[in-house]
Amino acid sequence: MQLPESRSLRRKEEALNRKKVRRSGRQEAGLTVKRTELLDYLWQVQNEHGHIRSEDIAAVSRALNISTIEVEGVISFYHFFHRRPSGEFTIYLNNSPVSECKGFERVKEAFEMATGGNFNGVDPSGQWGLFETACIGLSDMEPSALINFFPFTNLNSLKVKDVIARLKQGALPGEICDPVPDHIRSVPGGEKTILLRDYDPGCALAVLRRRSPESVLEDIRRSGLRGMGGAYFPTGLKWAACRNDPKSPKYIFCNADEGEPGTFKDRVLMNSLPGLMLEGMAIAGYVVGSANGTIYLRGEYTWLKDKLQNTIDRFRKMNLLGTNICGIEGFNFDIRLQLGAGAYVCGEETAMLNSLEGKRGEPRNKRYFPTERGYLQKPTVINNVETFCAAARIIQLGVDQYLQTGRPASPGTKLLSVSGDCRLPGIYEIEWGTTVREILEKCEADRPYFVQVSGPSGECISMDEFDRAISMDDLVSGGSIMIFSRSRNILDILRNFNRFFKHESCGLCTPCRAGNFILEKKLNLFAAHLAHPSDVEDIRSWGKIMKLTCRCGLGKTAPNALLTAQEKFPEYFESIVAQNPDRLSKGFSLKDAVREYDRFSS
Amino acid sequence: MSKAKMKTNGQAGNTTEKEPAQITITIDGREIRTEAGRNLVRVANENDIFIPSLCYFEHIEPPLGTCRVCTCKINGVAGPACTESVKEGMVVEASTEELADARNAIVEMMFSEGNHFCPGCQKSGDCDLQHMAYELGLRQTRFPHLFKDRLIDFNPQRMIMEHNRCIKCGRCVKEVFTDDGLAVFSFRYRGNETRVGIDYGQEAKLTDRQARDAMNLCPTGAIIVRGELHARPFGERRFDLQSVQKKKPVEDPRITLPAEKKTIATVSLAGCFGCHMSLLDIDLKLMDLVEIVELNKSPLNDIKEFTKQCDIGLIEGGCCNADNVEVLREFRRKCDVLVAFGECALWGGVPSMRNTIPLGECLEEAYLNCITSMPDECAVPYHDDLPKILDKVYACSEIVEIDYFIPGCPPDANHIWKSVLSLISGAQLPVLYSEFKYD
Ligand SMILES: Cc1cc2nc3c(=O)[nH]c(=O)nc-3n(C[C@H](O)[C@H](O)[C@H](O)COP(=O)(O)O)c2cc1C
Ligand code: SF4
Ligand code: SF4
Ligand code: FES
Repeated sequence: MQLPESRSLRRKEEALNRKKVRRSGRQEAGLTVKRTELLDYLWQVQNEHGHIRSEDIAAVSRALNISTIEVEGVISFYHFFHRRPSGEFTIYLNNSPVSECKGFERVKEAFEMATGGNFNGVDPSGQWGLFETACIGLSDMEPSALINFFPFTNLNSLKVKDVIARLKQGALPGEICDPVPDHIRSVPGGEKTILLRDYDPGCALAVLRRRSPESVLEDIRRSGLRGMGGAYFPTGLKWAACRNDPKSPKYIFCNADEGEPGTFKDRVLMNSLPGLMLEGMAIAGYVVGSANGTIYLRGEYTWLKDKLQNTIDRFRKMNLLGTNICGIEGFNFDIRLQLGAGAYVCGEETAMLNSLEGKRGEPRNKRYFPTERGYLQKPTVINNVETFCAAARIIQLGVDQYLQTGRPASPGTKLLSVSGDCRLPGIYEIEWGTTVREILEKCEADRPYFVQVSGPSGECISMDEFDRAISMDDLVSGGSIMIFSRSRNILDILRNFNRFFKHESCGLCTPCRAGNFILEKKLNLFAAHLAHPSDVEDIRSWGKIMKLTCRCGLGKTAPNALLTAQEKFPEYFESIVAQNPDRLSKGFSLKDAVREYDRFSS
Repeated sequence: MSKAKMKTNGQAGNTTEKEPAQITITIDGREIRTEAGRNLVRVANENDIFIPSLCYFEHIEPPLGTCRVCTCKINGVAGPACTESVKEGMVVEASTEELADARNAIVEMMFSEGNHFCPGCQKSGDCDLQHMAYELGLRQTRFPHLFKDRLIDFNPQRMIMEHNRCIKCGRCVKEVFTDDGLAVFSFRYRGNETRVGIDYGQEAKLTDRQARDAMNLCPTGAIIVRGELHARPFGERRFDLQSVQKKKPVEDPRITLPAEKKTIATVSLAGCFGCHMSLLDIDLKLMDLVEIVELNKSPLNDIKEFTKQCDIGLIEGGCCNADNVEVLREFRRKCDVLVAFGECALWGGVPSMRNTIPLGECLEEAYLNCITSMPDECAVPYHDDLPKILDKVYACSEIVEIDYFIPGCPPDANHIWKSVLSLISGAQLPVLYSEFKYD
């Protein structure tokens, strides 16, 4: 991250914000907000006062003519919104399994010791708010935390003490936060590098001068480009559907919510190639006939916001955004930034649409595609950051060069976020078809044993499968590889994933809301060494029920890691269940059950 | 594509508008002719193919699709039936074993997720959730009960929000508005913390009629309007007597009793003896009972110790203390078949109301901090002669393997009788809809 240019400005801003937090409230008169701007408004009061006060809720519900409970419903959906003061310094410590492996517990203790507060609350002085949060997209530098949304990476107890001491002395988080390097470790090389090659602003958009929207769409279709957000929907089809829909206006959204733990490729793309993403969005606008682009940036990446905004401003000046872009008559496109507020499920496209409309980020029923009825029921294209970047490269470099890379069945390249037990965590641009083993060698993995592909919602693989290829027809990867060595406890990893889903479920449908909670109870039996072989069987069949019945991808994929782990590490599960189960003892230990009562023995 | 469209066309259109097209769809291999655009759940149920539904409410459009109880495979893809309008050529799988099992599981999940103490609920007998479980014949849930601590919100002027009973169907959220068009309910929080929030100010603006409608809209007893629900005797409530499914009447099978009398033992653990009382309610059949079985250890004959290996053990009540656990394990050893009867034995029942609160807090409240306890003069009873209290009340099946379950609080006398008779004779005596109860 580059700080110097805006350093003094930010310093002033932060100082001002801090003062405002202390100052007691003043009532805004004649507030005007649109429902679609609700999140922005809530961010604004949250930043100003450290929490959202009842009078803010009253004001905004009056302005929107909705009941206060509806606003409360929206606020409580997002974990970065607080209804009580969240501290002058709000600290979010990442509790992903990678962080746990790298010393989360010690760092957590260190924060509590240094600040005098306890986690998931604010210390008595009101200065320090300590909260755990799911992966913040810095898996290559764990344990990491956000302090007032500025990144602090590679933490250990000494560093925590030092950071807190400096904050106490008056330093600002924005001044002392850590730079976030891209850690680009490897690219295919030469002409085969597609995404992470040199970039000139406008390189892709310039091509449009010679091209009709139809022919651009044809290129995207011919390239076989598929969505890189994890669902792999053919991008050409999506754009065509939106283009052919008679309704207008149309909208383009860039999904920069990157919530899948262990994934940070979009962060790197936005940090090093923000312009490429903007060009991809503009190309989509050109193809489908839309003038409105929005980037839905996850709250965890607030620190990237200025950079993106600056790039957008620069693009406008360069006539790469705005009206008659690149001198092409009638090619108008502009981009706005929307900040999320902490909810993994908002990465699901229909949940994102609800969130953008100022509602709770609940996924919609799958009656319509967003390309039919999306944002405000209008045709909408939603693509991942990497998808837009790849689309821009395809137009810039030409389809034919693109088709030279990868495999015939899955051409092109893919960014992988590699983290966990390896010497070189970071970003690897690979050609589709690369094997897991090659990646493990490149990143110098340390005795890899349990490899989680595509984050908690993906699948895990064991050593037997390291020769599988990352590709559409074998092991599809949404963009992350988490490596766990022999010394890690599989059950701990799985319980972490389960906790994540339990917390991040939108809570709308029964099998996900209750199912993840129920699986947690089962996993607790394993942890207490009380599980029976029948419990392994139960998990298998219950996981299948969730996959069959949940409304959205979150619930459908939540049991994946658990199911694949059972399949691939049977000997591990055998070793942790009761050896001679009988009808007399199920998952129950009398000794444990009376422990609490025994407290009263004296 | 949507029913909404059809509807509005119908309303706005003139009377000469043509009839909706007749189409053919296939459910479970059966061809069904119906009007295009109608709701799939309704079409199926009218044609005697029972698809359970809970969040689905005819007048809410678009359908909510939250509970997932109606999951079917539609044109090969699993999804809720209630959000589908029928289209020409639609192929639906509704009754495969996998789907039926998954749907049962979801209703079971609702019972294990909420805290549903049916005998204490104003809506019992009129509750859609309970009804659906009756229709599906659910005896017990396969899932552990979660016993999450939840509030009962007495703040609203006329309503009581019983969060223990809410299944988050979303009906109230989508449908209950004041005359000014403001929502009265909204979901709050997310994940397993999700609950329905009620806006006190807006609630006060509802008319009495609107408030009552909201209560009736709620499929469970989560929304209660004070003074509006009066207990009605069994038999006069909505779902007491008749199943909505047309089932072929089953004839009672011929019963042949074994040559040798079977021995039965019974016990009441953490229960109220209500199940045993219900057992006595079989009236004259008690005479038959002593003819065909021999009672061993049981409170009915006051035999305190097992004198031999028994064929059947009937367990009332769950386990709240160490003694219960010992007795239950002894029953498992001494009885070939164990039957848990009554809600307490099945999942904890009324005694498990304490499970949402840690044991320590319960004891402190009861013995140390209660208004009648004198400072410095009270203690939590603890003595070698007293059985130790468990951290929570356990279902029998959490401790030993249980072979059969008879639901009810208490179970209907005939249900118990028929089950015992079935076990003794090996015949399958059908239990009537009206005998299958949770309250
Ligand atoms: C629970 C859940 C979370 C998701 N999170 C993301 C995400 O963070 N970023 C993303 O690009 N796609 C995410 N997706 C996938 C999106 O729904 C959608 O498929 C994607 O944004 C489409 O873009 P693409 O076709 O370019 O991949 C998520 C899906 C689910 C079900
Ligand atoms: S599967 Fe989970 S996250 Fe998705 S809609 Fe259902 S409850 Fe919400
Ligand atoms: S209160 Fe009733 S109507 Fe509202 S969501 Fe809960 S169960 Fe449904
Ligand atoms: S009845 Fe269909 S999802 Fe609830």
